[in-house]
Amino acid sequence: MKEIREMTAAELAGRIKKGEVRAEEAAAAYLEQMRVLEPELNSFITVDEAGAYAQAGRMQERLDQGEDPGPLAGVPIAVKDNLCTKGLRTTCASRILDDFTPFYEAAAVEKLRAAGAVILGKTNMDEFAMGSTSETSAFGPVKNPWNTAHVPGGSSGGSCAAVAAAEAPCALGSDTGGSIRQPSSYCGVVGLKPTYGTVSRWGLVAYASSLDQIGPIARNTEDCALLLDVIAGGDRRDSTCLDRKDLGFSSFLKQDARGLKIGIVEDYFDEGLDPEVAAAVGRAAKVWSSQGAIVERVKLDLVGYAIPSYYTIACAEASSNLARFDGVKYGYRAGAEAGLHAMYRRTRSEGFGAEVKRRIILGSFVLSSGYYEAYYEKALRVKARIVRAFDEALSRFDLLLGPVAPTTAPVLGESGEDPLQMYLGDIYTVSVNLAGLPAISLPCGLDSKGLPIGVQLIGARFAEGKLLQAAAAYEAACGGFPLSPLAAGKAAGAERKTERKMEAETEKGGRTV
Amino acid sequence: MDYEITDQMIDELEVLAKLDLSGAEREQAKKDLGRMLAYIDRMKELDTAQTEPLYHVLPAVNVFREDAQEESAGREEILANAPEELDGCFRVPRTVE
Repeated sequence: MKEIREMTAAELAGRIKKGEVRAEEAAAAYLEQMRVLEPELNSFITVDEAGAYAQAGRMQERLDQGEDPGPLAGVPIAVKDNLCTKGLRTTCASRILDDFTPFYEAAAVEKLRAAGAVILGKTNMDEFAMGSTSETSAFGPVKNPWNTAHVPGGSSGGSCAAVAAAEAPCALGSDTGGSIRQPSSYCGVVGLKPTYGTVSRWGLVAYASSLDQIGPIARNTEDCALLLDVIAGGDRRDSTCLDRKDLGFSSFLKQDARGLKIGIVEDYFDEGLDPEVAAAVGRAAKVWSSQGAIVERVKLDLVGYAIPSYYTIACAEASSNLARFDGVKYGYRAGAEAGLHAMYRRTRSEGFGAEVKRRIILGSFVLSSGYYEAYYEKALRVKARIVRAFDEALSRFDLLLGPVAPTTAPVLGESGEDPLQMYLGDIYTVSVNLAGLPAISLPCGLDSKGLPIGVQLIGARFAEGKLLQAAAAYEAACGGFPLSPLAAGKAAGAERKTERKMEAETEKGGRTV
Repeated sequence: MDYEITDQMIDELEVLAKLDLSGAEREQAKKDLGRMLAYIDRMKELDTAQTEPLYHVLPAVNVFREDAQEESAGREEILANAPEELDGCFRVPRTVE
């Protein structure tokens, strides 16, 4: 039998159900990996060891009594720290929430627990999901497990790094402008952003409500489908959440792409795209044609307007959503102040980091009297045109294909200098959020530095099935993508000693690395 | 060319955003906002006179529920995260003289 950490979530669920692996053993395997790797990776803000063992114990008890606690019974999972977890600290990687413990559960987490999943802890991220590198976290940056000198991407960098380093078999992330897909690409894992309204946002700390969507991050497509089946579904506590009747995503995991018409987005292969990324995405396109898909080129236009429209809308919504952090009901409050307004201002100035303030200021500007029409409303008109362009292309093609990001993961500390430059890196992902479309990021190769490259597939609204079919066909043709070198339990620096001992033990267990 | 952001504009934004920016933060904010607006301004190239603003991508309608009494969180749970409380209420600095 494989080592626990080598199993996908679906395999692990099957083994636990059959009694071949105990739920506590599964939790222990991942908590042990965190103990070894966390000092270097920093993918987690909070590790809930006691809670994980308690949940695993309860699951095992129910299994032992012959019950079926659900499709994820005993499967460990990591949850991004912008999803509220009852009784477990939820920080959004911000100083302003650094000791906030929710008294209620996010809907997606509620559904995970109902399906039997074991929450390992809360993953690190860009503060309030604002960033593309996970460096804006108040809890320190996350390292990329493929090369710890590089960032894991963001904002769901902790969730993606944790999966790539086998600190968790799977995770939840959130995607407002690419925050699931881009770090999945940088970390060599599979990340799915569902159609807007598929997963309830109840209990997700809001960044930009019209764009935010929760989705799965895993080692392969099958696990993403399994997780999406669990977390999707109507919820009247989120009035934008749809009561979709077309769930059952795992049924789409066919092994071929026959009959699918895929459009390669020509506009995305411009001078800003790294040639190695372009080549890898081009090779992926050939895989789909060899799997029976019809692959043709398509032109979208308006691509140059996506970032301006996206950042105007996202920052406007953020400035409004983050108004709730005022030092009164929860979170950080600045010291004794004369007067309520002075307290608000100091609390927010001390509690928010630089990138969050930057976006609140831009958002406040574009919503202010005299600028509202020229910026915010204009951005909504531009958005309408972008949506129309995508809908038109998706009326002719089942799926659109392109890169996820212009480059592979940048070196730590090199992206913060120029915010605009960082925003431009979101060029291939933000339109999907503006248009509410589903999209998946699949690993498709390594660059010459040994860093993962991702390919992105975009579907029409509610076409997750086709995305999953195409992604599964790709995996069937190319085989699964390996986890990062760190997944084998290798930590650098001070951790090496303990780790060598561990390796010796795993070798005894017959593990093949 | 970057927009010129004046001190007066920053003052107004501080009021709207409920932030106090330090001297260095103000200078950075002027630079960042000016640069971002200059970039965002490319939206003006696109003629959208005939396009209505799109607020929601799905044909969304108001969602109603029965106006019925339901369980909600208790006072203690809610106050547990409050930075300061007094007699079962959120405590804030004096607002009325």
